[in-house]
Amino acid sequence: MNRAEGAAREISRLDMLARRDQRVNRIHPLVKFLLTVGYIAAVVSFPKYDVFGLLGMMVYPIATFLLGELSVRDAFRRLRVVLPLVCVAGLFNPLLDQNRVRLGDVWISAGVLSMLTLMGKGVFSLLASYLLIATTTAEALCGALSMLRLPEAVITQFLLTFRYITVLLEEVGRMTQAYALRAPRQKGVHRKVWGPFAGQLLLRSMDRANEVYESMLLRGFSGKRFYQRQRTPLCGRDLAYGAFWLALFALFRFFPVLLLVGGIFL
Amino acid sequence: MHMADALVAPAVAAAMYACSAVAAGYSVKRVRLEEDAKKIPVMGVMGAFVFAAQMINFTIPGTGSSGHLCGGMLLSALLGPYAGFLAMIGVLLIQCLLFADGGLLALGCNIWNMAFYGCFVGALLIWRPVMRKGITRARIVGASVAGCVLTLQMGAFSVALETLASGVTELPFEAFVAVMQPIHLAIGLVEGLITAAVLVFVHEARPELLFCAAGERETGRFSYRNTLAVLAAAAAVTGGLLSLAASSLPDGLEWSIERLTGSEELTASGSVYETAESVRTATALLPDYAFRGSETALGTTVSGLVGGLAVVCVCVGACLLFRFFKRGSGHEQG
Repeated sequence: MNRAEGAAREISRLDMLARRDQRVNRIHPLVKFLLTVGYIAAVVSFPKYDVFGLLGMMVYPIATFLLGELSVRDAFRRLRVVLPLVCVAGLFNPLLDQNRVRLGDVWISAGVLSMLTLMGKGVFSLLASYLLIATTTAEALCGALSMLRLPEAVITQFLLTFRYITVLLEEVGRMTQAYALRAPRQKGVHRKVWGPFAGQLLLRSMDRANEVYESMLLRGFSGKRFYQRQRTPLCGRDLAYGAFWLALFALFRFFPVLLLVGGIFL
Repeated sequence: MHMADALVAPAVAAAMYACSAVAAGYSVKRVRLEEDAKKIPVMGVMGAFVFAAQMINFTIPGTGSSGHLCGGMLLSALLGPYAGFLAMIGVLLIQCLLFADGGLLALGCNIWNMAFYGCFVGALLIWRPVMRKGITRARIVGASVAGCVLTLQMGAFSVALETLASGVTELPFEAFVAVMQPIHLAIGLVEGLITAAVLVFVHEARPELLFCAAGERETGRFSYRNTLAVLAAAAAVTGGLLSLAASSLPDGLEWSIERLTGSEELTASGSVYETAESVRTATALLPDYAFRGSETALGTTVSGLVGGLAVVCVCVGACLLFRFFKRGSGHEQG
């Protein structure tokens, strides 16, 4: 399986996860979207030496993974894309931040603390994005974005791109596999066929776009209200869910909950 | 060059969202003015094409490695700067949500670093002036390479600036820039050549598809007044919000107190204050995050770990109970 086929399979897998009938999936997409943004903003706003404060924010991903019955292993596989960059940025901290932070009467390297915090922020924010897309379909997300008054052109464009990515990825997968079979010892596409290889795909895509447009016209597309059917009203349960988590984020952000809870047992 | 959420401070993210929103709003307005209903589906499919085409590995001669085409420059050369910019937003949103390439909070930064420079600078300052006297093979190669190199350099420099303003890494700004710029110079050259190869092919097969092709109706020149307005708004938002994140000086209240008393904090004496202080001290579960009467780091660390474990247990227990009762009620209903 080449890269394109792997990407197409990943999109299909996420789409299937989002269409399951789980309780978290049924929460209003706007609430989940705003919660995700709020959660990430809270996570990245922690001071760089506040490791224990940040650790408290793990409550949201843990609860959502359990309630949504999602695989943690699949989510952590995605970390391999973004974690190296965060690690590279963080690995310099122990070398360049020679300060020491006092915890009680012991001095600890501030660079190590800030590195751990940075990595934690990377992991938590990534998990939150994963949880959003694994429990919300693209159409529902578009409905939520439209409720936020995002321009129709942007939302329609996003939805169309999302729908056609799978088709084009499968086409790229077939093309690259056919090329690899004809040039087995070659890594990638040779420079002599750079233009024709991607150019053919581009021209076919343009023709496909025209066919798509004609099909949409036949189904009553007028350039507007393409995704309105996906808008559903907010109910009290959704608001209560959102308010509960926002209150919890605020609690963990502004109070050292883990240390306070630990103090009860000691 | 996608920035992750962890590398961006909320104030920087908000500022960059505001800048990108201004550019997106202007683009939407320009696309609407064109009154071409076909443009939206074409943008959608072209966005999907860029995403799919970036999965193709193009061999770089003599290096053993491979590169991929530059989405912003390609889209703006085919759709124009405004439609290309909107199509790139869709691509970046999908990359961020589905493939963890970038982050939801850092999306504003990524739109600015990749889509804005690639589409606006690439199309309006490079592609259109070069193609003004007609489109030729040499001009396509020149504009593609120059556009990719310049826009990637600007994007890489913005990444360094945004990271500096966020203050998340101890890596010095000069060192970060010294690493980012040369790498992206090489990437820009390769991406420029790949993009040029594709555009030359399109020019030979279907020249009418290119932006600024002969006979294409332009819906209006890019106004320098509008450019200045967009840049001024971006500078105001960036300056205003980034300064909040970058400042280490006391805030207004602290500054006022410092001017009046010589200290950033006020101290008070009196029976009411002393009683309040004694209540606060008595009710604090972990004064200074350590065991009572102890100042060891062990107390702080153990407190944190025990607290974390307890919270996780409560959280997992509550969720499992919830699932248990949910299934129970489901069976009863069945």
